[in-house]
Order: sequence, then structure tokens, then C-alpha cells
Amino acid sequence: MKPNDVILRSVTRVAAVIILTFSIYLFMNGHHHPGGGFIGGLSTASAIVLLYLSFGIEKVRENIRTDFKKLAAIGVLIAIGTGTASVLFGKPFLTQTFGHVDLPIFGDTELASALIFDTGVALAVIGTAVNIILSISEDR
Amino acid sequence: MSGSGDVVGVILILIGAAISLISAIGNVRLPDVYTRSHAASKSSTLGVLCTLVGTLLYFVISDGYFSIRLILGIVFVFLTAPVAAHVICRAAYRHQVPLAEGTAQDELKDYYMENENIDNKNTDNKANLIEKEVKLQVTE
Repeated sequence: MKPNDVILRSVTRVAAVIILTFSIYLFMNGHHHPGGGFIGGLSTASAIVLLYLSFGIEKVRENIRTDFKKLAAIGVLIAIGTGTASVLFGKPFLTQTFGHVDLPIFGDTELASALIFDTGVALAVIGTAVNIILSISEDR
Repeated sequence: MSGSGDVVGVILILIGAAISLISAIGNVRLPDVYTRSHAASKSSTLGVLCTLVGTLLYFVISDGYFSIRLILGIVFVFLTAPVAAHVICRAAYRHQVPLAEGTAQDELKDYYMENENIDNKNTDNKANLIEKEVKLQVTE
């Protein structure tokens, strides 16, 4: 039987875009406002779970070809890598720095190395959350 | 300047709270799933929207701060709450939740009997099997 959940699918297309945009906003704003890697990763994972719910696991897996176990591992590696990079510069483990950079569109931007650590945290959270959902749902 | 912001915010948030209260009363008073979902989705969506618009206008008028997140929240709630109600009603109908007494006509019933006969039979069989198992356990 072919399910005819047109309304759910077409709203999911719009809602997933909104959720992903909002999660990137939360992720980038974590330095000065509420937000950060953890909540950004969780909202990204919620968008992916919404896609799983409305389109089915197989179809989403064909289109997002990411192994979420590897994604979690890469996130932890990035987080550890930022810590060891500060050791290489002769500072204590996990020391962070920041600098002002002239980017082409944004102008004078303050870039902090904590953002890279946050990227690691976000990837680890996305990988873990989606992996939990997938391993629960495949138990048949 | 801050006085008018207070007035607009108070009026809109009061309207929103009143509509949410009406929605809650409807949830208690109405007889079956479908009419309850009618009360819960429409009026509580409007209540939340009034509250959010009141907050937005309060911050715009009194602080001069235009919150994109509130706009995003308004759009998101307006988009997803009716779809959630639709999906819940659909799931209820497919599991043959009875309509309220005194229902005059059920136009979906003929369609479901024609097109999704197999599905209905399957669920019936499942229900019968479960009943038999329960009876067996009771007799044992």
C-alpha cells in the first residue's frame, strides 16, 4: 500500500530547512549568545530525525550518505585535535586563542579557536543522537 | 515611548492567554478525538501566535530590538501545529477510533472500506489475535 502523506512530506521539506538554518544560527552564536555546539548539534539531529519520520529511513540514507558512527568519531577527534594543537604552541592543553581577521564579505570578524572545538562537539552530538535513533528503529 | 509598547504587549499577550484557556476548556468539554483536535490545534495555535506577536511588538516598540528568532518561531508554529493535528487525527482514524455519538455522516468511511480494505482486515486480525491470547492467558 502506498502511503499518501503529502501534507506531512511537503511541510517537512520547509520545516527541515527552517530547523537546519536555526541550528546553524545557534551554533555560530554560541560565543556571545545562548547556543553553542551541543544545542546546535541536537537541533540538526532533530531535523534529520524529522526527515527520517516523514520520508522513511531507506530514502534518507540514500540521500545523506554519511556514516553517523564515523561522524561522531571525527567530532571527538577534532575536539582532541584543538587541545593538542595548543600543546604544540607551548601552551597548556585546551588553551584557546582568538584573533581579528578581515574576511571578504563579513569584514572585520573575531574568530576564536573555541569554534573549532564546538564543531567537534556538534559533530559528536549529531552522530550520537542520530545513531541512537537509527539503532532503536532498526530493531525488528 | 515605552508606555505604548507595554500597552500593545499586554493586550496581545492577554488575548493569547484567553484563547489558550478557551482551547484548554474545549479539550476538556468536547466528546471525541476529532473535535478535541479541532479545539486543540486551531485555537491554541492562535493563542501562541498572539503571545509571540505581542512579545515581538513589545521588544520592537520599547527596546527597538527586532528579534528574528520570534519571527521564525511564529512562522514555524503557524506551519507545523495544524500538520501535527492532521497527522494525529489521521492516525486516530486509521486505528478506527470511534466518532462521537450523533455524528451525521462519515464520508471517509466508504473510501477507506474501498481502498484500504486489506490494511483494515490486517489490523482486525491483529486485534482478534491479541484478544484470543488475552483470553487464553485468562483461562490458563
